[in-house]
Amino acid sequence: MSASAAAPPGPEIAHPRSETRPPSGGWRIVAAKELADHLGSTRFVVLFVVLGLAGASAVYSVSQQIVSVAAGVRSTESLFPLLFTLSASDIAAATQQSANTPLPSFVALISLLAPLLGIAFGFDAVNRERSERTLPRLLAQPIYRDDVINGKFAAGLAAIGIALGAVLVVIAAWGVIQLGVIPTAEDVARIVVWYVVAIVYIGFWLALATLCSVVMRRAASSALVAISAWLMVSLFGGLLISTVVGLLAPVSATPTTAEVIANGHLQDALTRISPDGMFQIATQAILDPHVTAGILTIDQRVAVAQQGAPGSILSLDQSLLVVGPQVLAIVALSVVCFALAYIAFMRQEVRA
Amino acid sequence: MVTQASPLAERGRDSTLEPVIEARRLTKRYGARVAVDDLSFEVRPGEVFGLLGPNGAGKTTTVLMLLGLTEPTSGEARVVGVDPMRDPLEVKRHVGYMPDTVGFYDGLSARENLAYTARLNRIPRAVAAERISDLLAQVGLAEVAAQKVDTFSRGMRQRLGVADALLKDPSVLILDEPTASLDPEGVVELLALIERIALERRIAVLLSSHLLDQVQAICQRVGIFYRGRLIAEGSVRDLASEGSRTQDVVEVGAQASDGRPAGVDLVTAAFRGTPGVASVAPDPDAPGRVLVTGGPGIAGALASALAATGLHPVHLRTHEERLDAIYARLVRAAAEAPVAVPEGRTVSLAPAPRRSIRRAPGRAGHPRPERSDQGGGDQDRGDHDRGDGHDHRDDDAGGPR
Repeated sequence: MSASAAAPPGPEIAHPRSETRPPSGGWRIVAAKELADHLGSTRFVVLFVVLGLAGASAVYSVSQQIVSVAAGVRSTESLFPLLFTLSASDIAAATQQSANTPLPSFVALISLLAPLLGIAFGFDAVNRERSERTLPRLLAQPIYRDDVINGKFAAGLAAIGIALGAVLVVIAAWGVIQLGVIPTAEDVARIVVWYVVAIVYIGFWLALATLCSVVMRRAASSALVAISAWLMVSLFGGLLISTVVGLLAPVSATPTTAEVIANGHLQDALTRISPDGMFQIATQAILDPHVTAGILTIDQRVAVAQQGAPGSILSLDQSLLVVGPQVLAIVALSVVCFALAYIAFMRQEVRA
Repeated sequence: MVTQASPLAERGRDSTLEPVIEARRLTKRYGARVAVDDLSFEVRPGEVFGLLGPNGAGKTTTVLMLLGLTEPTSGEARVVGVDPMRDPLEVKRHVGYMPDTVGFYDGLSARENLAYTARLNRIPRAVAAERISDLLAQVGLAEVAAQKVDTFSRGMRQRLGVADALLKDPSVLILDEPTASLDPEGVVELLALIERIALERRIAVLLSSHLLDQVQAICQRVGIFYRGRLIAEGSVRDLASEGSRTQDVVEVGAQASDGRPAGVDLVTAAFRGTPGVASVAPDPDAPGRVLVTGGPGIAGALASALAATGLHPVHLRTHEERLDAIYARLVRAAAEAPVAVPEGRTVSLAPAPRRSIRRAPGRAGHPRPERSDQGGGDQDRGDHDRGDGHDHRDDDAGGPR
């Protein structure tokens, strides 16, 4: 045994070459590990509970209102999506009652909290590997470098999808019990479409947070920057847009059509680069079969005005046609943001 | 088991095998800074090669280029016969790598961390479970396999890092600063582990380190790396006997004809006029003995000189140069007279500066327990600052006392 151990190594180990190429899809292995980490993490539980409680209280208050009002109103339209889109104060205003809860609607709450979900699962995606010093070891395994960032992004999206999906299903089921109304197939389809668009929208924030985690070495600064961006867009976005529009395309006291159109175009253009604005428009149009002209772009409003009465009920495919541009814009924003994170990661030196 | 005293050191370099690591004129520039300059070397299967140099010499950059994680500015590398830039995956499939300051996912257990590496290497689940258990036992972590890694000490993490690097059953093992910031006991344990693995698995090991005395015991060949350049390459013995060695230091103890120890003065007087003797000084570590500095092979002449004066030599020992001293000499030479390095080999070196060398109580291959003469053993300091080896000390006074 000593002789064999001390003997020169045989030539067979000189150039071992594997016969088969590796199956592609190293990203799936990374994603599986990351998703397992996410689902077991405290932050997932906290976000799930926060999201669930917020959604439940919004739906509960609105369902109480709907039940009390719906008895008197008989209409052919579907009641179910109202559970998600209406806030208690909306109904109170419509029925001239005083609202006892100033709670926003479910979808408004979600679109407010959604960025937080994206940020939470992305802000430390890459810089955590750096601070734990696992990145060189990870990259020394037989996977491509982009498998790491792709896998992490996919895992983040999956975690978001699971959290949002679970909350949505639980609350919808509870709403059915509260309301005593079975959703129609189209109601379900509308909610599923909205869910997909919401995931893409949250994907934008996930990509932004991932970009921060690539660029910034410290998880704390990455989180801070991402949250600042979220506050900026959510709270001050609308204010900023109207300020800029007012300065660049003012509408005089006696507005001309041209002025209004120019003003509207600028407003639309700026809203189009605001992911928050895009998502709100898409949400309303997808879940609410009433095309309320106020939420559409100026061109769409013109089209609606020419074609018929606002307030008519659209089918799902028509609703989708209406918000096609907005949905595309959200997809494009997410893709661009992820591409930036991807490029930054691929160009970065492995060593800190 | 193997019965030789140090089987790894005995094992010769088998030049008939194809090298598994080949660097050819590798160069890496970051802007104007040259991190690695025209580096060439090769490592054959079954060999432990030490890439030694101070912090910032370009060792990690070299390792990253070999793994295809950083693109060389010019030159090329071949690892297991593959260009790491062309086919990094093929290289990574066969190279186990332990980065300097290896990290693990703190929230996962040792076993889970290794299981992730196994999945990334597409090792089937059943095979992986068995291999992980084996490796954890080999590195002495079997009992803490289920513990989360954030409870692990540095030494445990390093050993887990070795297990992680071996998981893919590599034909090349690259260890970047494996002993940095470990306590002396941890260093001995880890080096023994690496030596055992290199011996049992007969894989090529590339070891980078700035802690020369620690790794010289297990490296068959070393490359001395300084400011991005390989300034010397060969076995520790070759480097010590390379033409650049200009003087011997000999410990001498003698008896007078009546059997009593001859005093320092008597011995010093005996060497007066002996050709080749540069200086004679009392040995600070052994009363009654002297340290003689002179040309190579001076010991014979010293014995004759003693006999001629009627003294009997009872102790005559030529100091062997240790890696630290070789390194200090080479780096000094390179710093004083930067020479063009053809194909990574340097033989034309400036003569080493004059110095008298004293013996210190350290033993080769083991870290000395204390170094009172150097104000705390801060191992993270670059060795070029320290200059001298553990067994030797520069003495500015130089000449005879």
